[in-house]
Amino acid sequence: MDLVTLWFWLIAGTFTLYFFLEGFDFGVDLLRPVLAHTEAEERALTGTIGPFWDGNEVWVLAAAGVMFSTFPVWYGALFSGMYPLFVLVLLALLLRGVSFEYRNQVDRQRWRDTWDWVNFGGSLVPSFLWGVIMAKLIEGLALDGERRVLSGFGDLFTPFSVVGGIATLLLFVLHGANFLLLRLHPDSALHRRARTAALRWGALATIAILAFVVMGYVTEGLFADFGVLPWVFPLAAAATLATIWFALTRRLDRLAFAMSGLTIVFSTITIFVALYRRQVVLPSTLDPAFDLTLAGSASRPLTLELMTWVGAIFLPLIIGYQVWNYYVFRERVRPDEGSLAKGY
Amino acid sequence: MTNFFGHLFLINFAVGVVTGIVQEFQFGMNWSEYSRFVGNIFGVPLALEVLMAFFLESTFIGLWWFGKDRLRPWMRLGSIWLVAIGTQVSAFWIVLANAWMHRPVGYQILDGQAVLTDFGAVVFNRKAWLYFAHVQGSAWTVAAFFVLGICAFHLLRRRDVEVFAPALRIALVFAAVGTVFSATSGHTEAQAAVVDQPMKFAAMEAQWETSESPAPWSLFAAINQGARRNDVSVEIPYVGSLLAYNSLEGRYEGLNQIDERYRQLYGPRDYVPPVAWVYWSFRIMVAIGSLLLLTAFVGLFLWWRRRERLVETRWFLRALVYLVPLPWIANFTGWITTEMGRQPFMVQGLLTVDQGVSANSAGEVLAGLVGLWVVYLALIGLDVYLLSTTARAGVSGRPAAELQAAPAPDYANATYGRED
Repeated sequence: MDLVTLWFWLIAGTFTLYFFLEGFDFGVDLLRPVLAHTEAEERALTGTIGPFWDGNEVWVLAAAGVMFSTFPVWYGALFSGMYPLFVLVLLALLLRGVSFEYRNQVDRQRWRDTWDWVNFGGSLVPSFLWGVIMAKLIEGLALDGERRVLSGFGDLFTPFSVVGGIATLLLFVLHGANFLLLRLHPDSALHRRARTAALRWGALATIAILAFVVMGYVTEGLFADFGVLPWVFPLAAAATLATIWFALTRRLDRLAFAMSGLTIVFSTITIFVALYRRQVVLPSTLDPAFDLTLAGSASRPLTLELMTWVGAIFLPLIIGYQVWNYYVFRERVRPDEGSLAKGY
Repeated sequence: MTNFFGHLFLINFAVGVVTGIVQEFQFGMNWSEYSRFVGNIFGVPLALEVLMAFFLESTFIGLWWFGKDRLRPWMRLGSIWLVAIGTQVSAFWIVLANAWMHRPVGYQILDGQAVLTDFGAVVFNRKAWLYFAHVQGSAWTVAAFFVLGICAFHLLRRRDVEVFAPALRIALVFAAVGTVFSATSGHTEAQAAVVDQPMKFAAMEAQWETSESPAPWSLFAAINQGARRNDVSVEIPYVGSLLAYNSLEGRYEGLNQIDERYRQLYGPRDYVPPVAWVYWSFRIMVAIGSLLLLTAFVGLFLWWRRRERLVETRWFLRALVYLVPLPWIANFTGWITTEMGRQPFMVQGLLTVDQGVSANSAGEVLAGLVGLWVVYLALIGLDVYLLSTTARAGVSGRPAAELQAAPAPDYANATYGRED
């Protein structure tokens, strides 16, 4: 495998890991208004993702940073091409990030309520928009021959991309609920509510995902170029969703979480497979001749070699200490009135 | 003491973390042509920053804050050290990337792209280390005066003297080292600019025509950019040469001469940066820097002469409280000097700002800019508000709620990490 291909797949992998990880912390925040009935429960929900969400979020920065250095043309075209969407994602992530730290800094109910809504919105917007962005990535943008993207705000919302957005949103909610089943103490009412939510939102997520796959197949013709093997991905996505139901009703929580995670992994990889089979990183809707190709958007060999060394050293290290982080906070959480005390 | 200042650090860190996301996206969003042009080189330190620093900071800040009753003390201490190291590594790579824009090295232009030829040259870019040293010195200064101000505030009210008196002394040492370090590195930096960014240096001095030797130093100038001259300039002889060359003689090129030279080198256009901005921001920075340096040494002198009674020297403490915002202003004006002084180039000598932008419509960019500005201003406001209320509340004031990864009670008392 040459380095251009390697880095294409590493970028795909980074995005996949990001959706897998941040998917559940978005999901927990999205479920908060439904699940938490008291302040202690509210705090318990934050506790389930507290030590993790920030480390999860860095994976998208890694995707962007690595894209900048290894595929500068792709990076420039993608981020400028969906400018308004990325502005919205940024605003949401900015506000959501501080909401965790600032919510408990002032002891007033209105202050807390405001930050809870900021936190909810800050998770809702990117959960939806990442689906839109991923759908547009295969659908393509109005790229001209000069690598300029002429798409406006309205062009970014097509039926296909909107369904994609709804699918990621619902999938993240399901994934978050499954995560809660692992992180909450099973004797709490919160845990029971999380299971109900998982089943309810899981059903909707299934419908949205299937709609997305069918739309991609029928109206967009995206899977027409696929060979035999890539069929595995849409099939596997549907199969894992069926397993979620199987696992959830039988209380196999670990299996349920693994399966919603796999669904995210398979759906994301499907998108990159679709690109890879055409050897394109960003298709042009104006003229296939203007497509950004893998080879045409990548950096030169020296940069790629350097980045390969960097990746080989740091990626295992990062994954190592992040796994340790999850190990340290492995114990389950329960709403605890004692945690309402002030203090450091 | 650690918990109190750690809490302040966390409030500020929250804003620092999220604004890092913007940085990682906005090059592609606003500067897609620039990204294409420099990605081969500039992208590398940015990616390194994420891989070496952002992950470290984001993971271990969580471990530090939430791990108080589940990590052994040395592990918890190690976590905050890793966060601190992460911030420095992060500063190094981003400053390195920035310095490359001021002094591009280790590249070759191929098919309209700057292509990496020598990564060693990029890492050992002299300019990068100068900038990094200056940023380090300024960071120490900002932190030291922030802590000094808080300590002084509480010492004036004789609250928690046993905490704030030693904190004040530690911070005084940091302030002295930081101010000296930023002054010397800043001076060297200006001398480097004489060589590789003469336009910036001339703008810092509002020197329109090549100076005589020895060169004077302008104390005050009414700058007339349109007519390309100063209407008034109050000058001190010799100091200009001293600043540029550490010598009592030596001339340096004026804006008009460099402009003429650049026209022949890079093609016809105006190469003079906004002189008044560069000139005045430089002066504000230097004035504040000198004042802070003086304050730090007055503090050390008082400590030496008055020993324990340092913390009862009310006039000095009162001054410290008022000085808190100044290092920040010095930082802002410093960045204005160095970045405005580079105009109209985005990458010195290679790419101008208007060549680097994305093809997005003005409306899109404006809407994005307004949105980000509103949120940034709100965040600055919140940050300052929370910092000041928390700092005023002092050691006994605690956050309104425990920020914990909701500890399972049976877990906190379990075998793991609890030795006391």
